[in-house]
Amino acid sequence: MNWKRSLSGIGVALPIIALLGYGLTLDPRSLPNALPGSPAPEFALAVMDVPSDTVRLRDHAGQVLVLNFWASWCLECRHEHRILSETAEAYAGKDVVFYGVLYNDSPDNARSWIQEMGGQSYSNLLDNGTRMAIDYGLTGVPETVIISPEGQVVHKQIGVVTEALLRTKLDSLLAVRTAPQ
Amino acid sequence: MPEAAGRLHFARELGLTRILGLAAITTAFGLSIYGLIAAVLGARLQRANLVRSARAAAYANAGLLAAANVAMIYALVTHDFSVGYVAQVGSRASPLWVTIVSLWSALEGSILFWGLVLSAYTAVATWLTRDRLGAMGTYATATMLAVSAFFYLLLVGPANPFGRVFPVPIDGPGPNPLLQNHILMAVHPPLLYLGYVGMTVPFAFAIGAMLAGRLDDVWIRETRRWTVTAWMFLSLAIMAGMWWSYEVLGWGGYWAWDPVENASFMPWLTATAFLHSVMVQERRGMLRMWNLTLITSTFLLTILGTFLTRSGVISSVHAFSEGPIGIYFLVFISIILLVSLVLLTGRSSELKSEARIDAPMSRETVFLLNNLVFTVFTFTVLLGTLFPLVAEAVRGVKVSVGAPFFNRMTVPLCAMLLFLVGVGPVLPWRAADMQQLKKKLVVPGAAFLIAAVLGFAAGARNAYALLAFGFAAFALVCNLEEYVIGVRARRRAHGESLLSATGRLFAANNRRYGGYLAHIGLIMVAVGITASSTFRHEREATLTPGETFQSGKYTIRFEELWARDEPQRFSVGAEVSVFIRDRQVGTLHPKLNYYRGRDEPVPTPAVRSRLDRDLYLNLLAFQRDGSNATFTILVEPMVFWIWAGGFVVALGALLGVLPMRRRATINPMRKPAAEPAGV
Repeated sequence: MNWKRSLSGIGVALPIIALLGYGLTLDPRSLPNALPGSPAPEFALAVMDVPSDTVRLRDHAGQVLVLNFWASWCLECRHEHRILSETAEAYAGKDVVFYGVLYNDSPDNARSWIQEMGGQSYSNLLDNGTRMAIDYGLTGVPETVIISPEGQVVHKQIGVVTEALLRTKLDSLLAVRTAPQ
Repeated sequence: MPEAAGRLHFARELGLTRILGLAAITTAFGLSIYGLIAAVLGARLQRANLVRSARAAAYANAGLLAAANVAMIYALVTHDFSVGYVAQVGSRASPLWVTIVSLWSALEGSILFWGLVLSAYTAVATWLTRDRLGAMGTYATATMLAVSAFFYLLLVGPANPFGRVFPVPIDGPGPNPLLQNHILMAVHPPLLYLGYVGMTVPFAFAIGAMLAGRLDDVWIRETRRWTVTAWMFLSLAIMAGMWWSYEVLGWGGYWAWDPVENASFMPWLTATAFLHSVMVQERRGMLRMWNLTLITSTFLLTILGTFLTRSGVISSVHAFSEGPIGIYFLVFISIILLVSLVLLTGRSSELKSEARIDAPMSRETVFLLNNLVFTVFTFTVLLGTLFPLVAEAVRGVKVSVGAPFFNRMTVPLCAMLLFLVGVGPVLPWRAADMQQLKKKLVVPGAAFLIAAVLGFAAGARNAYALLAFGFAAFALVCNLEEYVIGVRARRRAHGESLLSATGRLFAANNRRYGGYLAHIGLIMVAVGITASSTFRHEREATLTPGETFQSGKYTIRFEELWARDEPQRFSVGAEVSVFIRDRQVGTLHPKLNYYRGRDEPVPTPAVRSRLDRDLYLNLLAFQRDGSNATFTILVEPMVFWIWAGGFVVALGALLGVLPMRRRATINPMRKPAAEPAGV
């Protein structure tokens, strides 16, 4: 055994392995994103189950808005569906409005998906031509955008949301709103 | 039909495809562990029946992985969205060929396909060397089974493609649009896997040689064909990747030093170094330790490349979705490193070579220089690839290392390599006769000057471009000279015709002349890259229908916009007529494709490729009413030579491994004078 050689070999290999190990701790999805902190882009979308209705961003001035981009072909969306639906129910009547935004999917597929997942406590909007997705810089589904009562984007979640995250963000927004009173 | 559909439905309800796939990969995982243990014990205790059972496990795995892959393709084609992988990449709207090649379009499927290629290599290599190589062969089988066990572990664990999805989705998103936009996606990944995975075989025999203590060059001779074949596939894969990038990405380039391109390039560099340095060992008994190190590095770099593309460590256009798979790769890489280091250093005293280089002007010296350049090259690319990670670890900033760094560092190395490609074949082993050498270098030297002057006259002012043209001509003439000398000698000795003398020359020493052909291919690639990057001419123009635009010798006229609706995408294209000196020579249709599930359009540039230059049109934007369209108009000389050169490289490698009529040569170690400039 040539110890000198072994040590020099390990001397080269160890830093590379350590570096790769460090790389694994980074989140590759944490890309710099200009959206949080800036005014939410305006939109006007048809409601999936009431196509004659149109929802606009400005209709919800003064309310906290949670927009969840999803699709029935998206497997990760299944994991957050219950959380979103239950949180929406829990905050009903507190000036918090949830919308699902259907991304590259047909309303028929979406409806049977919701039925299979056991229903949904908030409505869905149809983003035809994925115009809104482009405006909101969507990188994929699921993504969730939280908008303050003043119309500022407060948070953009790439990937699945957690209940803790939703509650923290919503509670702090509602607290700021009620504080001056 | 209803009955058949009913049966299909029934099978799907039971999840038979999933169960079959799961059973196959789980059994393969178990068998690879068993085979590994049986092979090691069999070799240690000299128990032939244990060794035979280990081999049987290797053969069975090939069958099992074939079954698992067939099951997956069946699930994809029948749109069985209850299978996890199908739900992830399948789509009812995709054309059939896209559905089939979806097998390797995402993480889990690509590992499944990798497993198939690995199991096939393992089975065939084990079969061909059975009962011939003793403990070394058995340890090699054990090593291949150990590598297989790792990949099968991924398949039953973090990258299981046969997971169950419930409730079953109605449809899926389809594979990444960039991947379904060009037929080369059906070609590039399998070639890459054949190349990458093929490097496992020489690595396994190197480990086998070290474990069995057979440190002569038997392992090298036994695996030469495998190494060259894997190298050929890897070369073709890199070429196909470049071609795909040229035909799809719309910027008219073919190489961007993207981390994943680098990942495929690094093992190619070390493998090319290895192909040359083994000759020094075979001839002179030198570099034994180095060769073992090189092949281990090559194998490690293939695994590192796979790790980089699949762990999300480095962001890249190629990146697969990330998952917990990274940590598995990291542990695996550490184990290989540790085992190889222990084996190499444990044997280092036995690997010392008695031979020394006799003269500085000899082929050995050129091979040493070649290895030095390739090693520096590999480290440079590795540094550039990992640097963003270093910067983030040390200074917490996100940086990207782009083409300027890589070009500045590697262009001089490429020029040096071109010079060595020329001078290597001309120099004899041991020591050159200076008089003869001078005579041999007169014509190539003249070619160097002529090409450099021609390059200058054509407008090239960059010193490296002129050097590249010069060395390319130099190297081309040097390599052609070797054919001329060989053919002339045959004609004189046997009175053969030119054609049959050339044919017999190849047949008699296919390895050597195949190698020279690969050199010529590489020179073609080098000339193509230098010319297309030096004389590239790019324009951007917004045209109204009927309007013309001139670029170089081409005049283009934008005729009209058209649109086509396909199940999986919507395409908008432009009809563009191409004229040379008022004569219409063709029509091009660059287009933009809008895929479901992706916001940005994926371009399909239109290319008119000729021997001397390419006209490359890319549709950048258009008015919806068709009133105008914006194009990138690129004229790039000699791009065709890059692809043609790639095929010549592969052809050279193929000629080098084909079984040809062998001369009754004795071990060249004993009779070095028998062949003055042999390989």
